[in-house]
Amino acid sequence: MSIPLLHIILGQHFWLSPQRSIYWEEEKTLIVSDTHFGKTGHFRKSGIAVPQKVYKEDLQRFFSLAFELKPERILVVGDLFHSTNNEEHNLFLKWKNDFESLQITLIKGNHDILGNNWYENAGIQLIEQFYKIGQFSFQHDPAEKHNQLNEHSFVFSGHLHPGIHMKGIGKQSLRFPCFYFTKNQCILPAFSKFSGLAIVKPQKHDQVYAIANDTIIKLA
Amino acid sequence: MIDAEIQIKEMQANKGNDIIHQWLKQHQLTPFEFQEQAWKAILNGQSGLINAPTGCGKTYSVFLGALLQFIQSNPINWEKKNNNGLQLLWITPLRALAKDIGRAMEEVIEQLGVQWKVAIRNGDTSTADRAKQKKQMPEVLIITPESLHLLLTQKNYPNYFSSLKILAVDEWHELMGSKRGVQTELAISRIAHCTNELQVWGISATIGNLAEAKNVLLAPLKKEGIIIKAKIDKPIEVHTIIPDEIDQYPWAGHLGIKLAHTLIPIIAASKTTLIFINTRGMSETWYQTLLTVAPELAGAIALHHGSIEQELRLWVEDALHTEKLKAVVCTASLDLGVDFRPVDTVIQVGSPKGIARFLQRAGRSGHRPGEISKIYFLPTHSLELVEAAALKSALQEGNVESKTPLLLCFDVLLQYLCTLATGEGFIAKKIYEEVKSTHCFADMQEQEWQELLQHITAGGNALQAYDDYKKVEIIDGIYKINNRRIAMRHRMHIGTIVSDAMLKVKFLSGGYIGVIEEYFISKLSPGDVFTLAGRNVELVMIKEMTVLVKKSSAKKSLIPAWLGGRMSLTANLGAVLRRTFSEALKPNAGVELKSLAQLFLLQKQLSHIPQHNEILIEQIEDKDGYHLLVYPFEGRQVHEALSAILAYRIAQIQPMSFSISMNDYGFELLSDSPIPVDDSNVRELFSANHLLQHIQQSINNTEMAKRKFRDIAVIGGLIFQGMPGEKTKARHLQSSAALLFKVFEEFDPNNILLRQAYNEVLEQQMDEVRLRLALKRIEESTIVLRFPKKLTPLSFPIVVDGLNRNNLSSEKLEDRIKKMQQQLT
Repeated sequence: MSIPLLHIILGQHFWLSPQRSIYWEEEKTLIVSDTHFGKTGHFRKSGIAVPQKVYKEDLQRFFSLAFELKPERILVVGDLFHSTNNEEHNLFLKWKNDFESLQITLIKGNHDILGNNWYENAGIQLIEQFYKIGQFSFQHDPAEKHNQLNEHSFVFSGHLHPGIHMKGIGKQSLRFPCFYFTKNQCILPAFSKFSGLAIVKPQKHDQVYAIANDTIIKLA
Repeated sequence: MIDAEIQIKEMQANKGNDIIHQWLKQHQLTPFEFQEQAWKAILNGQSGLINAPTGCGKTYSVFLGALLQFIQSNPINWEKKNNNGLQLLWITPLRALAKDIGRAMEEVIEQLGVQWKVAIRNGDTSTADRAKQKKQMPEVLIITPESLHLLLTQKNYPNYFSSLKILAVDEWHELMGSKRGVQTELAISRIAHCTNELQVWGISATIGNLAEAKNVLLAPLKKEGIIIKAKIDKPIEVHTIIPDEIDQYPWAGHLGIKLAHTLIPIIAASKTTLIFINTRGMSETWYQTLLTVAPELAGAIALHHGSIEQELRLWVEDALHTEKLKAVVCTASLDLGVDFRPVDTVIQVGSPKGIARFLQRAGRSGHRPGEISKIYFLPTHSLELVEAAALKSALQEGNVESKTPLLLCFDVLLQYLCTLATGEGFIAKKIYEEVKSTHCFADMQEQEWQELLQHITAGGNALQAYDDYKKVEIIDGIYKINNRRIAMRHRMHIGTIVSDAMLKVKFLSGGYIGVIEEYFISKLSPGDVFTLAGRNVELVMIKEMTVLVKKSSAKKSLIPAWLGGRMSLTANLGAVLRRTFSEALKPNAGVELKSLAQLFLLQKQLSHIPQHNEILIEQIEDKDGYHLLVYPFEGRQVHEALSAILAYRIAQIQPMSFSISMNDYGFELLSDSPIPVDDSNVRELFSANHLLQHIQQSINNTEMAKRKFRDIAVIGGLIFQGMPGEKTKARHLQSSAALLFKVFEEFDPNNILLRQAYNEVLEQQMDEVRLRLALKRIEESTIVLRFPKKLTPLSFPIVVDGLNRNNLSSEKLEDRIKKMQQQLT
């Protein structure tokens, strides 16, 4: 169950996990995107009774990854929280505070609308647009093809919640969340299970890793 | 002296009757027998159901009764007495009807010289008019079920109803069997306790279960009530339009556009023609085509359907009254309500799917006494000619369907409880008794009620300290919504019971065109051209619940596929259809079947023509995979259930994945590997053994519940449709029904709304009794297995455009992915 797959970019080792995360071996860094923490709380505050269990499971997955892998830092490429403050954020803080060594760096996404000092108080490093480690850059919105991308750099992004639609004979069809790799970019799946999918249409040299239940499967 | 006194008293006692009859006489009207019966019953304080076709004074039967009662109780000052408070509450399913009914009532009131006021209340009523009504209720209020619930969100609403005598429900046959019918039941259970001795009167067209319809309506009053039937026989003439070259007529499809030219002489020969099309999308196409075929009709034909702007719709209705139009292309939007006298011909395009609907549409023509209702049936593909033959014989037998009332709609009840909490607030024990008194919730368990209360107050199971769920609060034993924003959202939400999320469509330059389903728009990208209200427009962008478009001159455009258009053949029509099929190629076959001779010959040559005591199964292999086709002729709904069970059973033999498709005649299981069905196991596959268990399993394995959940999530308040003025924060509250379904399935499988989705499938689609009957019939039939070399005329429509593709698989997910990957390379 849940065996990660290795993907090598520019000589670096990245482990893709069915837990919707990437572990960067050389840098001891865990990369996730679109956790949307507090989303159920935001709905519930407005009288929409979504089960909080989905949030609890997201949190547990997040912290157990941190516990097992003991990364030096967690990079969240945007949308760490879903909206304005609510009680559920306190549960996140409680767990985070129990985990003193945990370093979280957030590259701000469109949903991250809490005030800057909120992140400061929470001990989360906030990055406005993009973050660079060597040849790798991290940002929320996927990079446009012609700008920004060149042979010697690689971008990790999120925002899209990419999904893949598979078709087979006999009108068979299936959809899964996926990691979507183009030549110079990886778009991460949404970490939260309370999130929809935007179906991507891979081009010839693109690579897709689908997440089916507890397995990660390389498609193309 | 004493005699004179008695005489005066007697005169006064009959004052109402005298005045009404005098008025009728003045206008040279003779009341129908059923009207007299209704007036008498109303005077006696009774409740009941009136069964009368449209166009013969059913409105008067209740409305004049209410006036009569009023005059009778105020024999001296009935002409002067004003501000009497609400006397008659008139519930109607369609907004469009309200205006016409109101107009008719006002006319009578004026002529009689009573000081009554009539007001309409629906989504189009202005705030000023609402405020006026709040100050002084009119004597007659015409209202839709949604607006009535909206009224219940106001403080002091019980005062509005304290003087109410009669609550009338128009077109009850339309409401019953829908969730708006449940809304009506709940409203009655509440209003009955706001006044003394409320009388409830339903008005219904003919359906198979009138007695049940009456019982459902009157359940909250705990009264027996009476049924009054109008004995008005109107002869109906049915003509079938038969394609000249049947062999070139399509085997499948929905449009029948090829036959459009045949309508022109019919339109020309009639005064006014209504052309009924089954879906809004097709009505757009027909309107365009008729104009292309007969440009001279420009200006003399119009389009009418539920997504067209209100003003335009009203104009069309007015023009119909005043004989300004030769023809109107319409959908079910003109099924109901007041009559358009000039209409003397009706054309039904495509299968009406049921006998009752066909009857009702036919009845829209030829209203005057002695006139004949004329209806033309235009088939949209070859096999529909068989349906035409079946309809004709069903009409002869007077075989009309029943409407099944819905049970335990917790989504509607949740909405209702929040409605009451928004207004006055409610005491749980009291409302429990009232809700239990309705037919819909009579079998509700105490525990289910507690769950509902828990849902609205605590939002289900929560993470205690880390939750700020807020909706209904309990203060001093009263359940109440205090948060203004939540209350406002709930009010906005009530109207959504009828439809999917709708977006307004506007021109960039301004100018409103109509509304469109979000589902359709979400599949388009800017630059795509689609048709709405007879115009080709290009999508520019979507901005805050509004679709901005510009005019387009593109020839090709997409026609919105409205979900509402999908109806299933009723069981009654299915049975007649089976019989009709047996008669194909027989010498005594009717004109419709004769014209299909070639098609039947081909079917016979390739496969077999199923006789009424046979079940045909075809297995065909082609590039798409392996098709298994079964033809029970039970209607799409039953086929959806049967196909799921059959797929489940086959998948137990060996791991397999199916894509399932169906229409009213039969269903198809499609797989990527050969389907193991043959003489040795076919009987067992259709057996009624372990039925209940297999129903359960196959529901869990298909997407039927997921589809049901769409509506439930909207009505139950889980989907937030957004409202003007709210920006980011509102966007953060959006989610799709499919996502919510997934989340509930995984994280809260016992949720009461999720359970309801499964129950709706069980009750409405997988009705065990009906399935058992169908399987029993199959067991008693001869099963005919055939292996045609190519698609047969019967299989073609199912394979090509069957509806509701379901999926069922017993293979491992990983294996399916691997297989798909191999197929790709």
